[in-house]
Amino acid sequence: MKDIREDIAWAQINTDVLKSLENPRKLYWVILFIAIALVGVAVGCEIYQYNMGLGVGNFDNPHMWGLYIASFIFWIGMSHSGTLLSAILHLMHADWRKPIYRFAEAMTTFSLMTAGLFVAVHLGRIWQIYFALPYPNMRQVWPNFQSPLLWDAMAIFTYLSSSILFLYIGMIPDLAICRDNIHSGWRKRLYTVLSLGWEGTDRQWRNFRMTYLTIACFLIPLAVSVHSIVSGDFASSQQPGWHITSFPPYFVAGALYSGCAAIITLFIILRYVFKFEEYMTKSILKKVARLTFAIAMIWTYLVWIEYSMAWFGHNPHDKHLLIEKATGTYAPFWWMMNFCASVVPLTLAFKRFQTNIPVLLAVSLLLNLGMFLERWMIVAPTFADGYYPWTWDHNQWPSLVQWGIVLGSFGWFTMLFMIFCKVFPSVSMYEVKEMVYHRSLATKKLQATGELAAAGKGAH
Amino acid sequence: MSITTLFDNYSEFRHRHPDGDVPHNPYKWAMAIDLDACSGCNACSVACYAENNLPVVGKEKFAHGQVMHWMRIERYWDHDGSEFPERGARYLPMLCQQCEAAPCETVCPVGATNHTPDGLNSQIYNRCIGSRYCSSNCPYKVRYFNWYDYPTTDNVWPAEMNMQLNPDVTVRGKGVMEKCTFCIQRIRGAESDAKTQGRLVRDDGELQTACQQACPTSAISFGNLVDPESRVHKQWRAQQVDLDKHEQVKDQAEGGTDLRGYRIYEWLAPYPSIMYLERVRESEI
Repeated sequence: MKDIREDIAWAQINTDVLKSLENPRKLYWVILFIAIALVGVAVGCEIYQYNMGLGVGNFDNPHMWGLYIASFIFWIGMSHSGTLLSAILHLMHADWRKPIYRFAEAMTTFSLMTAGLFVAVHLGRIWQIYFALPYPNMRQVWPNFQSPLLWDAMAIFTYLSSSILFLYIGMIPDLAICRDNIHSGWRKRLYTVLSLGWEGTDRQWRNFRMTYLTIACFLIPLAVSVHSIVSGDFASSQQPGWHITSFPPYFVAGALYSGCAAIITLFIILRYVFKFEEYMTKSILKKVARLTFAIAMIWTYLVWIEYSMAWFGHNPHDKHLLIEKATGTYAPFWWMMNFCASVVPLTLAFKRFQTNIPVLLAVSLLLNLGMFLERWMIVAPTFADGYYPWTWDHNQWPSLVQWGIVLGSFGWFTMLFMIFCKVFPSVSMYEVKEMVYHRSLATKKLQATGELAAAGKGAH
Repeated sequence: MSITTLFDNYSEFRHRHPDGDVPHNPYKWAMAIDLDACSGCNACSVACYAENNLPVVGKEKFAHGQVMHWMRIERYWDHDGSEFPERGARYLPMLCQQCEAAPCETVCPVGATNHTPDGLNSQIYNRCIGSRYCSSNCPYKVRYFNWYDYPTTDNVWPAEMNMQLNPDVTVRGKGVMEKCTFCIQRIRGAESDAKTQGRLVRDDGELQTACQQACPTSAISFGNLVDPESRVHKQWRAQQVDLDKHEQVKDQAEGGTDLRGYRIYEWLAPYPSIMYLERVRESEI
């Protein structure tokens, strides 16, 4: 299969990637326009909700949480694969990650920003949100450190700030390339400031490598802990369907899963709109598809553990809830979630689909639909069929205000992401050069020893 | 202001429940509700609306589950195959159980809901940011959220009507959680009256909750559980229900007992402060 040419000139890499900052295909502007329109919808909905109160979202007692919290988990989850690609695979020396980790890391940052918005949108008194922060004040009132919501806030802030740092530091050598190749305008000034006077001396590279590695090591435990803590919102509560020990690994697996699916989607979109066919090759896509398949199976296993624990655990409330999920109001969504997230990924097991772009695009979107529904099916049914029988016959359907804000969050994410990819190089130039260099070295070595012919294949 | 206050004050203001420190001195407010006496007339609920400035949300929002009744009467039909006029129903007055180890308290991110030394589960409206986690974790679903701005935009109390508001009780704005307070305004009034006179609150009707006062069948009794002479204490004693146990004599006795006292979802160990007395059916005697 065609991969990045090993004899590609370094200047050619610079030119190709820098072109993405200038002239994307028309589809780019279409996507950006739709995204901004969706953000407009969400802002309108939020203003309405802010003025009227949360009742316009069609919440009630007992349906205290709805799509907002589901979307919050979804976006937090989406962020995890960026770290997987950029930090974990970096430590594992998987060189195929190099052309695609930059946009994956950007995805992490922007999906965390989106998730953070949902914390605010969901509050009854958004203007008092700072009460939840441990800031020093005259009254000596602190937030409640027992509350999983506070752990959430801390975990997300930590993860967001580290991700931004990681994204930025990894970009410094590329920003210097941009600075050197763009000669006028606000961009020149922006790159000049952001590249921090990078000259590419030995000393700078050494410090850079060290810093990058340190932050990568720092990020990995965060990637595991953040979604475990988010799962703590549910697992450490007392409600049926939430109070489940397997939730932390289940959430982390789900997070990596939806993140990998999102990487496939964005991979395909970026490859097309920025004409990155040379760098985002199908052989990379194949590897991501395989990774997604593996994580999908782990997730399926964990979700069956959850069902089995409810079914065989003989806790009447858990069992009742599971039956209600499969047969009650939410049944269509519950079945759709199981189909999309457990059955659809089986297509990724077939080699011919692992590089088929239309199929992969459709599959990755379906997987994320499944994962969104999964989050909703964790949050909502517990309210509909919890402990208290008096609350069982209250049906609730999220209003258009809720749906508008959820749709708008996709617009918000896409908008940030698309603007980022236009302003900053979304393929890491220096790392692609490294990759090409190392691969050509390996090929030469094999050629010299005559092992290449024996192995009967190329360097990778 | 230093970082040490973060740790010092925090533990100081938290009580360990239900048996860790020495709260409940000299008061522990508790309730007993006799379901045999309850006729499901809803007078308690109405009294609560009047006393606690609860907004009347209207038919549509009521049907939608956005009703704000701190005290609600739940009706459960018998499943014995009979049709309406003959079919039996049971009523359950449901209000905040003022749990000793309340699931709602630990999860609030800002600490807006706390335990008081006299055994109440208090709600600080000013501190509430409306994350609604407390209600999510409440097994009884007795917390009510201000989904709309009832006093202003919804105009629940138009011009003259606002004269009926109880001046002792805050009128809540949008976006805060609220729930039964055991009529904390009356409790605090009685407690400070008693304190200025150098005595304890008497158990002779000096302090009644609004629901208790309105109940035509006296199904609700309310008082100081620590006071051995109080009616509530005697009822709890007679039913052998202990505040700090999550399994009572009634549950342990094999083959059943004559005891009627129970607390709802005791096995979740929230240690509720309300004991219900089981309804005794003629058919079951």
